[in-house]
Amino acid sequence: MNNELETTAVAMSGGVDSSVVAGLLHRRGLRVVGLTMQLWNQRRLPELTPEGGATGRCCSLDDVYDARYVAQQLGIPYYVVNFEDRFEEQVVKPFIDEYLAGRTPIPCTLCNNFVKFDQFLDMAAGVGAAHIATGHYARLAYDEAGGRYQMRRSVDAGKDQTYFLFGLKQEQLARTQFPLGEFTKPQVRDLARDLGLPVAGKPDSQEICFVPNGDYAGFIDAYFREQGIAPDQKRGEVVDTQGRVLGEHAGVHRFTVGQRRGLGIAAREPLYVIATEPLSQRVVVGRNEDLLRARMTAKDVNWISIPPIAGPVRAHVRIRNKHIPAAATIYPAADSTRVDVRFDEPQRAVTPGQGAVFYDGDLVLGGGWIE
Amino acid sequence: MYGNASSIHYYGQLAKQRLEMGRRETASLLHCDPREVVFLSGGTEADNLAILGTVRSRTASKKHLITTTIEHPAVLNTCRELEREGVDVTYVQAGPNGVVYPADIRNALRPETVLISAMHANNELGTIQPIEEIASIAREAGVLFHVDGVQAAGKIPVDVRSLGVDLYSISGHKLHAPKGIGALYVKNGTRLNAIQFGGRHERERRPGTENVPGAAALGRAAAVAVENLEAESARIASLRDRLEQGILARVPDCGVNGRRSPRTPNTTNIFFDGLEGEAMVISLDLKGFAVSSGSACSSGAVEPSHVLLAIGLSRERARASLRFSLGHSNTEEQVDALIGAVAESAAQLRKLSPTYTAVAVANE
Repeated sequence: MNNELETTAVAMSGGVDSSVVAGLLHRRGLRVVGLTMQLWNQRRLPELTPEGGATGRCCSLDDVYDARYVAQQLGIPYYVVNFEDRFEEQVVKPFIDEYLAGRTPIPCTLCNNFVKFDQFLDMAAGVGAAHIATGHYARLAYDEAGGRYQMRRSVDAGKDQTYFLFGLKQEQLARTQFPLGEFTKPQVRDLARDLGLPVAGKPDSQEICFVPNGDYAGFIDAYFREQGIAPDQKRGEVVDTQGRVLGEHAGVHRFTVGQRRGLGIAAREPLYVIATEPLSQRVVVGRNEDLLRARMTAKDVNWISIPPIAGPVRAHVRIRNKHIPAAATIYPAADSTRVDVRFDEPQRAVTPGQGAVFYDGDLVLGGGWIE
Repeated sequence: MYGNASSIHYYGQLAKQRLEMGRRETASLLHCDPREVVFLSGGTEADNLAILGTVRSRTASKKHLITTTIEHPAVLNTCRELEREGVDVTYVQAGPNGVVYPADIRNALRPETVLISAMHANNELGTIQPIEEIASIAREAGVLFHVDGVQAAGKIPVDVRSLGVDLYSISGHKLHAPKGIGALYVKNGTRLNAIQFGGRHERERRPGTENVPGAAALGRAAAVAVENLEAESARIASLRDRLEQGILARVPDCGVNGRRSPRTPNTTNIFFDGLEGEAMVISLDLKGFAVSSGSACSSGAVEPSHVLLAIGLSRERARASLRFSLGHSNTEEQVDALIGAVAESAAQLRKLSPTYTAVAVANE
């Protein structure tokens, strides 16, 4: 079919960014199909929804209403596709497992790797769209010399989302467009007004779409209640770096490395979570200095803008979304899916389960998961 | 039809005439007395009134209902609501052919059973249920029998008297009347409480100013259906058979769900192993063909059909099933074009499906 090449499926969330993507591509004369991924049933776990409803959550009927309205205004075909099963298996369950294993996961990256740039690409191809476009803030270009798709940080440094996109493979990037990477958020809002989109003034969405108000521990507890599973984790001890017991806690999944509040311990100097130990159910606390690490390893490394490294490479490494990338040298490990990262200056709160993304200036070299 | 049909003045009487004309025509479709027809907003309200109205008319402290697992949500969710109110409900399983066994209904009877509710034709499979047999079981047991006839009326002959039912729901838009009008047949002498409260309209069974244009349209649609029923069902059944044969001949690893059962002429439900029904629906819509898969949840996303799961299909096969509905405006040319589009979409989607190769090997 000839029009396969011309059709682009836009992942529409009902927000400003993805609505502008649909509007831009439509204005450029492309054939556009709007698709909204239904990822999570918001009627589940009703105890988590505060009286009066939660705001800024994905997959709400309001967002679908907005996306449908935008599509209708643009005059493009629009559908809601049900990806709830895949999302639960590939994002929600691993998210819970990671917390219970004492790590701090990033569900958005899992969702990108296994839902948005996997099942969604398949769905798009199935309905005749060879390419997809999303509202992510990142830039993509094919580098003839290296024979690879390269990813760069978005022009709007504050909105850059490359931290969540490090897992994308070349074959996924080949079929993906990020039209907003060249724009700043104020420009995108201007475009939305230009295009006459009804969502131009809509506020930005929250971080973790399926966890209301950021209460992930409450989410995990409610999920287990719904599934009728008694959670493994019990109460445990809070200990200092010498192993002295300072107090008790209600489950390691309630803590993340670097956390200061909610420890329930009175101490002369501020205490921080240094580590969580799921096997012993212990939470180790210490001083801010105890959080500094000069080295770490990352697993399941994916290389984007350069081929897998054979020797040491200098880079700036970002270890959480809002972290300012720190100068480091990356060494290939014996196991080719891992790297060893040595920072020039020790970094605070290197957190297992988070992503480590390697940059050379704007260029996203690749990334992996902190062990 | 400016006047209020309940008013005494001339304009009201004019409206009343139209309303009663609609009632007579609707009654002729069901072969009942016009006084036994209650107009309301649609199939869902008819099912609600039949079930809630019967249960609330009984004062016994223990009440029990029998229904089936393949009912429409209008029935199932009404029953679930009653369960929350303390009423016992038995959901009788349908067989793999999409038909309920009357003996299973008989076995579910209890002394406190007040109502059996079963559909005449299933909305997803088109399978026709043994209504007469269930009716005689109900009669012997002294239990009221409600039939959701939304998918049957106008497609197969319906004679509520010879069927022996007490309550029968129909929906206007399934007969090409506008959306927002429906009717409930209430056999003369049936104890039924109102479930909404207001004026004394519709013999005190359903308050609210009568939807005269809707009732007139439903009546007209019913009259047209009565007139064309025989010829149209034969023509549509042959289109349906042409569609099934065409698809089965051109697409590997597919089959008709509920094929061996008596079915309404307009519906067929076909599984395509290894592909997503949702993607097929979108792909076909973009080619200009409107088909469906499963049921739409509130956002418009597709959930696997509870009917297909209830007759024993795996979740995968339920998700891989499409429902095709044919109507009076469809032609052979359209059916042939649809067969081509289905073959093309299925081939295209299966090329991308990781599960299809596995399925194809397993089916060999």
